[in-house]
Amino acid sequence: MNPLKQLSVLAAAAILVLPACTNNNEGAQNTGAINKSSAAEKVYVAPGEYDEFYSFMSGGFSGQVSVYGLPSGRLLKVIPVFSVDGEKGYGFNEETKPLLETSHGFIPWDDAHHPELSQTKGKPDGKYLFINGNNTPRVARIDLSTFETAEIIELPNAGGNHSSPFTTENSEYVVAGTRFSVPIPQSDMSIADYKGKFKGSLSFISVDPEHGHMDIDFQVLMPGFDYDLAHGGKGKSHGWMFFTTYNTEESHTLKEVNASQNDKDYIAAINWKKAQEYIEQGKFKEMDSEYLINRYDEKKHLAETIKKNKVRVLDPTECPGVVYFLPTPKSPHGVDVDPTGSYIIGNGKLNANLTVHSFDKMIQAIENKSFADEAYGIPVLNFEDVAAGTVESGGLGPLHTEFDGQGNAYTTFFISSEVVKWKLGTWEVLDRVPTYYSVGHLMIPGGDSKEPWGKYMVALNKITKDRYLPTGPELAHSAQLYDISGDKMELILDFPTIGEPHYAQAIAADIVMNRSKKIYSLEENEHPHAAKSESEARVEKNGNEVHVYMTTIRSHFAPDNIEGIEAGDKVYFHVTNLEQDWDVPHGFSVLGAQNAELLIMPGQTETLLWEPLKPGIYPFYCTDFCSALHQEMQGYLRVSAKGQAPEVLATTGD
Amino acid sequence: MKTAPRIITILAVACLMMLFFYPLWRITLIAPQYPDGVTMYIWINKITGDSPGTLQNINILNHYVGMKHIEPDSIPELTYFPWVVGALGLLGLIAAFVNKSGLHLAWAVVFLVLAALGIYDFYLWEYDYGHNLSPTAPIKVPGMSYQPPLFGSKMLLNFNAISYPGTGGIFMGISMFLAFVAWWIKRKTARS
Repeated sequence: MNPLKQLSVLAAAAILVLPACTNNNEGAQNTGAINKSSAAEKVYVAPGEYDEFYSFMSGGFSGQVSVYGLPSGRLLKVIPVFSVDGEKGYGFNEETKPLLETSHGFIPWDDAHHPELSQTKGKPDGKYLFINGNNTPRVARIDLSTFETAEIIELPNAGGNHSSPFTTENSEYVVAGTRFSVPIPQSDMSIADYKGKFKGSLSFISVDPEHGHMDIDFQVLMPGFDYDLAHGGKGKSHGWMFFTTYNTEESHTLKEVNASQNDKDYIAAINWKKAQEYIEQGKFKEMDSEYLINRYDEKKHLAETIKKNKVRVLDPTECPGVVYFLPTPKSPHGVDVDPTGSYIIGNGKLNANLTVHSFDKMIQAIENKSFADEAYGIPVLNFEDVAAGTVESGGLGPLHTEFDGQGNAYTTFFISSEVVKWKLGTWEVLDRVPTYYSVGHLMIPGGDSKEPWGKYMVALNKITKDRYLPTGPELAHSAQLYDISGDKMELILDFPTIGEPHYAQAIAADIVMNRSKKIYSLEENEHPHAAKSESEARVEKNGNEVHVYMTTIRSHFAPDNIEGIEAGDKVYFHVTNLEQDWDVPHGFSVLGAQNAELLIMPGQTETLLWEPLKPGIYPFYCTDFCSALHQEMQGYLRVSAKGQAPEVLATTGD
Repeated sequence: MKTAPRIITILAVACLMMLFFYPLWRITLIAPQYPDGVTMYIWINKITGDSPGTLQNINILNHYVGMKHIEPDSIPELTYFPWVVGALGLLGLIAAFVNKSGLHLAWAVVFLVLAALGIYDFYLWEYDYGHNLSPTAPIKVPGMSYQPPLFGSKMLLNFNAISYPGTGGIFMGISMFLAFVAWWIKRKTARS
C-alpha cells in the first residue's frame, strides 16, 4: 500500500474515535435543548390508554424482536425468534425446537438485524414481520396476529445474511444476500484464493400471499463482494431491488483497510421481474444446496421441518438485463428508495456527502447502453449518467436514510453522531440534530414505504455511555425519539433498548391491534398429543418412554399425582391449557428439568421432555400467577428405581 | 275493526316466536380485570355467552366460592320450555282463528300465568346457584350468598352482576301486552 493511502486511513480512524471522546465530557445534561414540559406532554400516554404506533426493534445479538409502543417508549413484548428463551420455553419445548433447526443442526442463537413489515401496494399491512438472522443465514417470519415466530427459512450459498429481509411492494419477495462471500458451492480451499473464487448470492424469497409461507424462488450468483443492505423499488421502480456492496476490492484480510481502498463501490440494481422471465424460460441452473424451512402450524401448535436439496440459480452473465452496477462513493452502507421510487440514496459510510441516484436516469443509461465498464461480466453504469445529486451534508459517515412522505429525507451520520434532514430534489440541508451517541439506523413509522406516517423519528444508537444510570460495564443500547411534525426535529424521549436494535419498523396501532388474537380455540386444537378435556387426561407408558397427557385449568393440573415413572425414563409432558379466556396462560415446571418451563396459552398444547435421574418424589407447579389459587396449582411425581416402579397411576382429587 | 284482534294476536304470536331466535334473559358480570364484561345469555333451550368459552369462564369464577357448575344439560327446563312456548303459540293461533273474547282472555291469562311461573322458576334456579354452596369451597365469606338479581344490578364480591331481559324476553313482554290488547279490543267491539 502506498504511504499516502495509509495516512488517510489513519486520519479516518482518528475521526472515528474523536466523537466518543468529546461527547464523554458533555455528560448526561446533554438533552439537546429540550423543552421538558412540552416534550413530556408529547410522549405521555395516560395509564390505560394506548400508544399510537407499534414499533418493532431488532434485538441484534439477542436474536429476538422487541415491541415498543410509540410515543411512550413502553416495552410491550419481546418476541423470541432466533434465540432460545427460557421464559416462554421457546426452543426448549418439543413444539418450537424444529424452528431453530438448520442444515448445521440445532442453532440456539443468532444475530437479528432488520425487521421488515409485510406490504400491500407499498404500504405496511400489519400481517407479518420478517427479520434476518445474520450469523447462520436465515430469515424469520413473525405472525402479527399472534406475535409469535411462524416460520424460519435457512439460506444456502450464503455467509452472513445482512442485506435482508427487505420487501417488494406486495411482499412478492423478501430478499437475502451474503455479507461474507464464500465459495459457491462451498468447498475446502485456501482463503488467499478469495479473489475471483469466492462468490456472492442474492436470494429472492417468495412469500405465499395466503399463508405467508416462504421459499427461495431463485438466487442470483454475484461477484465475491460484501453485500451490505438492500431496499425494494416502489411505484415506477417496482420490479427492481437495490443492494449495496463494499469490498469490491475482494480482499480477504484486514478488511477495515483493504476493503476501504476503492473510491467507489457499487449499488447492484436487480431487475427481479426480468429475472422471473428467465426463470420461466428455464434459464436457471439447479444447484445442489441443502437448506431447511421450518414452519409453525397454529392449529397443530407445533413446528415442522421441510428439507430442501435444490435451489434455482441465475448467472447474470447468462441473463443480460438482470443486474447493473451503479458506482457509489465510499463503501455505501444503507441503500434507501424514496416514497415515489424516483431516487436511490447511497449512504457512503466513509464519506461526508450523500449520493443520490435517479431511477429514471438509470433506465435511460441502460437503454442507451452507456456502460463505463464491466465487472465479472456485469455492466457498470457511468456515475455521471445515473447521479441525480449530492447532499452536501456537513456531517460524516452517513449510514441510513428514511422519509417522511412530505418530500424530506432524514439521514443518520454515525461518525458525527447526528441526524440530518434534507430535501429531496434540491438536496439542501434543512435541519440537523445530535444523537446520543453514534447513531446507526433510524426509523420513521412506514419510513421505507410508499406512505410514511411522518410524525416521529427514532434514532437507534450504538453507543450509550452516560445516558442512563450506570449498570456496570455492559449497558443497554439507547434510542431517541424525535418529533418531526414541524420544520425542526425535536428530541422528546430517550429510552434503553434490548440487545442491539439495528433497524426497526413501526406501524399505526389500529392496523395491527384489530387482528390480534386473544386465545387459541380449544375446539380447533389439532395437536397430536392434546387432551382437550380432563376426561382425556392420562399417562401412557411404553418401555422407558412415558407420555403424560395433562390439562390445566384454574387452578389445578389433571393428573396431579403420577406414579409408575422410573429413573432414566424419558417423560413427555403434553400439557393442554383448557382455558378459553383472554390472558390466562398457565406455566408448567418440574424439579430437575434440564431445559425450561412451558408457558401455555389458552387452547394451546406444549410438550416438555423430562428425564429424571434419581428415585424420589418430584413436585411440579404452575409458574404463571393464574388465579387466587395459583399457589395451590401443583402436583407430585413419584420416580422409582429402574425396574421398581409400581403400576402407572394418574389421578386428580383421588 | 272485526279483524283487528285477530291480527294483533297473530302479531303477538309472532313476537312470542322470537324466543326461538333471541335469548330470554342476559346476565353480565363486570370487574376491572374483565374490561369487556362476561355476558351469559339464557335462551328457552340453551345457555350461551359472548364467546364459546364464556360459560366455562363463569364456571371457573363461580367455583372459587363453591357455586355449582352451570351445565345446560342438567337443566330440564331447557328441554321442555320450547314445547311450552310452542304450545302457547298454538293456543294464540287458535284464539286468533276463533276470535272470541273469552278465548282471547283465556290465552292472555294462560300466558300471564306461564310467564309468572317461568320467572319464579328462574328465581328458584338463581336462588339455588347463589345459596347452595359447596362446603369445600376455597373461598368462604361468612353470610355471603351469590344470587344474581332477577332484574337490575347487584355487587357480588368483586363482580357487579347485571340482569335484564334479552331481546327475546322483550319480545315476549310485547307479545303478552298485545295478547291483552287483543282481548280488550275484542271485548269493546263485542259490547258496542
